[in-house]
Amino acid sequence: MTMAAAATNDPMLPQPHSVRQVVKESSDTFTLTLEAPGGNRFQPGQFSMLWVFGVGELPISISGDPAERDRLVYTVRSVGQATQTLVSREVGEAIGVRGPFGTGWPVEKAQGRDVLVIAGGIGLAPLRPMIYEVLHHREKYGRLVILYGARSPRDLLYRKELAAWARQRETQVLVTVDYGGLSWRGNVGVVTTLFKHVRLQPTHSLAFACGPEIMMRFVARDLETHGLARENIYLSMERNMKCAVGFCGHCQYGPHFICKDGPIFPYDQLRPLLEKYEL
Amino acid sequence: METLERIIADYPFFAGLESYYTNLLTGCASNARFDAGTYIFKEGEEANEFYLIRSGKVALEIFAPQRKPIMLATLGEGEILGWSWLLPPYLWKFHAHAIESTRAIALDGKCLRTKCEQNHDLGYEMLKRFAQIMEQRLEATRFQLLDVYAVGR
Repeated sequence: MTMAAAATNDPMLPQPHSVRQVVKESSDTFTLTLEAPGGNRFQPGQFSMLWVFGVGELPISISGDPAERDRLVYTVRSVGQATQTLVSREVGEAIGVRGPFGTGWPVEKAQGRDVLVIAGGIGLAPLRPMIYEVLHHREKYGRLVILYGARSPRDLLYRKELAAWARQRETQVLVTVDYGGLSWRGNVGVVTTLFKHVRLQPTHSLAFACGPEIMMRFVARDLETHGLARENIYLSMERNMKCAVGFCGHCQYGPHFICKDGPIFPYDQLRPLLEKYEL
Repeated sequence: METLERIIADYPFFAGLESYYTNLLTGCASNARFDAGTYIFKEGEEANEFYLIRSGKVALEIFAPQRKPIMLATLGEGEILGWSWLLPPYLWKFHAHAIESTRAIALDGKCLRTKCEQNHDLGYEMLKRFAQIMEQRLEATRFQLLDVYAVGR
């Protein structure tokens, strides 16, 4: 093996990828498309470490379509210097990428069942590859239900796609916001208030949730009340990930390393931890 | 054609209620329809009824001086609109604004209060069901207050 090939296989070594496109999704959120000349290989739900040279490295979930092999897509909320610098990259500039890392959504387990996707805020980003997966292989899955909550109408991500998904067969898309302006004609209320509009088949469904941790706690509890077994509810967790391979311990969460054992966990594993405020 | 009693008996809010009670409720019920843009009731008005929403969408709004109305929640098919008819002083606390053309069953609150006073079993059934709605709305409001999607949360 040559030195270059060995270096490519080193999970700690970022590989430069050129920026193909930056799209503004909302006032503070951007979708970044990078070239992936060697072809991307990721499972829906996995994340990469994105290195902004001279600034630092960030764990960012992959939000693109797994079938589009020539690119890597990330949706980033600009909340600090590193994310601001990341989303300010010009087309053609390079970003270092490590990964993909972590566990993905349990795609095979979902086959033959209804798929319930529950997202809050930017939590829709790591769920989008799973939505693409279901829509590309419609015959393998039951109904697709997407429940999405955001702070306000202007914070909604992927608006055109939400509308397009809602037109697909056996697909239900419900959106709600916490604060609706007077021109908003959609739902107002937290994402859990959407459950009453869904015809759930609890023994025939798998639920995938991503969003603020407190939202996922409410969501998981309500899903359980509606009859979903804990092992059929999956949550995507977020912690301060550094090495992304389980060496450094920055993302330790109880007995788990979020980067290596997660970020996606079944609720039966997480439930005792979610109720501990010091974790 | 569906009868009012059948619609009431099938409404999720009244699931499991004995037919004797649904019959009593039907005596206080009527069909209602609201065009999009109309107000079903406004804050401060007498609360003389509540609604079983059959289709459409209703926004609960609150006004503050020198501010635009604030939309607190939306209610749709299968949901209950209004509980101020149940508790003194029987005045609405919010505006209810039909933001889509809305069909509902209106239940006369005065009529129902009288029947609940006369038949405490019915009163208890109603209170149990409304208490559950109140608990769900209180929890949703608390969750909403957390503003979980804000930056830095």
